[in-house]
Amino acid sequence: MEYRLQTPLTKDKLKGLHAGDQVLISGEIYTARDAAHGRLKELLEAGKSLPIDLENLTVYYAGPTPAPPGTPVGSIGPTTAGRMDAYTPALLEQGMTAMIGKGARSPEVMEAIRRSGAVYFGCIGGAGALAARCIEKSELVAWEDLGSEAIRKLTVRNFPVTVLACGDENLYELGKSNYLASLRSQAESKA
Amino acid sequence: MRSLDVKEITKAVAHLSIETNRYLSPDMEQAFQKAKKQEPWPLARDTLDKIEENIQAAQDMGLAICQDTGMACVFLEIGQDVHLTGGSLQDAVNEGVRQGYTQGYLRKSVVADPIRRGNTGDNTPAVLYMDIVPGNRVKVSVAPKGFGSENMSRIAMLKPAQGQQGVEDFIFETAKLAGPNPCPPMVLGVGIGGTFERCALLAKKALLRSVDSSNSDPFYGKMEQRLLERINELGTGPAGYGGKTTALAVLIETFPTHIAGLPVAVNVSCHVTRHGSVEL
Ligand code: SF4
Repeated sequence: MEYRLQTPLTKDKLKGLHAGDQVLISGEIYTARDAAHGRLKELLEAGKSLPIDLENLTVYYAGPTPAPPGTPVGSIGPTTAGRMDAYTPALLEQGMTAMIGKGARSPEVMEAIRRSGAVYFGCIGGAGALAARCIEKSELVAWEDLGSEAIRKLTVRNFPVTVLACGDENLYELGKSNYLASLRSQAESKA
Repeated sequence: MRSLDVKEITKAVAHLSIETNRYLSPDMEQAFQKAKKQEPWPLARDTLDKIEENIQAAQDMGLAICQDTGMACVFLEIGQDVHLTGGSLQDAVNEGVRQGYTQGYLRKSVVADPIRRGNTGDNTPAVLYMDIVPGNRVKVSVAPKGFGSENMSRIAMLKPAQGQQGVEDFIFETAKLAGPNPCPPMVLGVGIGGTFERCALLAKKALLRSVDSSNSDPFYGKMEQRLLERINELGTGPAGYGGKTTALAVLIETFPTHIAGLPVAVNVSCHVTRHGSVEL
């Protein structure tokens, strides 16, 4: 199925999505990757306030290339989400509802996704220019010293993502098993 | 003896850093075409279309194909009849990386210390390998390497008794364990033999080969083909969303080894496998 969703991605809006659904996201999403996650965790543990509000937050695991003059952002595909796994359950508990990245998640994160009703979206790893086309604005929010790893607020329009995981569903398992099943049924119908 | 100013090497490295990050080599583009023809799964064909669309979009927008513009792996083949002048060769290479990554709006992805981190701000240092070869030319190759795929690489010191089967199983297992993480379709650079570190270097160097090439020894050429077919039965597919096209190529390089050893290394690379060379 294809959907259009506007941020903030409240759990209400995310209800009813299934692995493999195509979604065009418009609104505001925030980049954060390894180093920013490390700092968010330190602040959370110290009980200090964060530079971003986690309530209904959509995080994009990405570190762009520098923006050429006159453009909002450079190449900006997703990074491997699994490296953020250690931090994710705590952020989901604090109200984050959506993540955009690529690659497999740990059993702990899959369980936290199931429990919280959050959704893990994916876009094609390496397709940095395609993603850049959907970004209208990029503003630095925190930690400029982290360079490409700083937290940025991106204003996106019809940013194309695929549902990788929600509830009990996992596209990486489903996609593979559906394809392999199609091969088997083909072989059987030939036999 | 021919003299060559290392400034020429700086220029070549800067130029190649930008070019390789913006344009894929023709062999990669042909490999996508071929894969699409052989891909029975519509969703996977669609994903391959988007990967190709991204290559075009990067060209049109003057952007890097992928935001992970990698660590700059630089390979120099230096003719033994060349006298390099004008300063330190290593500095010249790093200056090339600095210029290329700055002028080309490429990402600075290098931290100064593996544990204490801290971005170096200009993507230096390069990972530099040098070989002295006959002749009076210098061949400069740049292969930016992204870490989504680098992180899925593996090395094993197998026992000689594990033989061909052990080697093939290890390579296959590596592709299977990588799953969706290394941005499939993958290119697998494989080293077999040598010592621990030589084996890993062979795997890295294999990734400089054209993806439509095969090992000149038919024994290994056939192994490459057999492994590619086996890996493309995994079902991982483009982006890991399912399908046949899990890998575009398996490229094997070998070296003699010790009576007690059978090292094998797999350097996993992705659908943005980049390399370019110039001869000076
Ligand atoms: S694995 Fe390759 S395609 Fe994927 S993000 Fe890294 S460099 Fe880009």
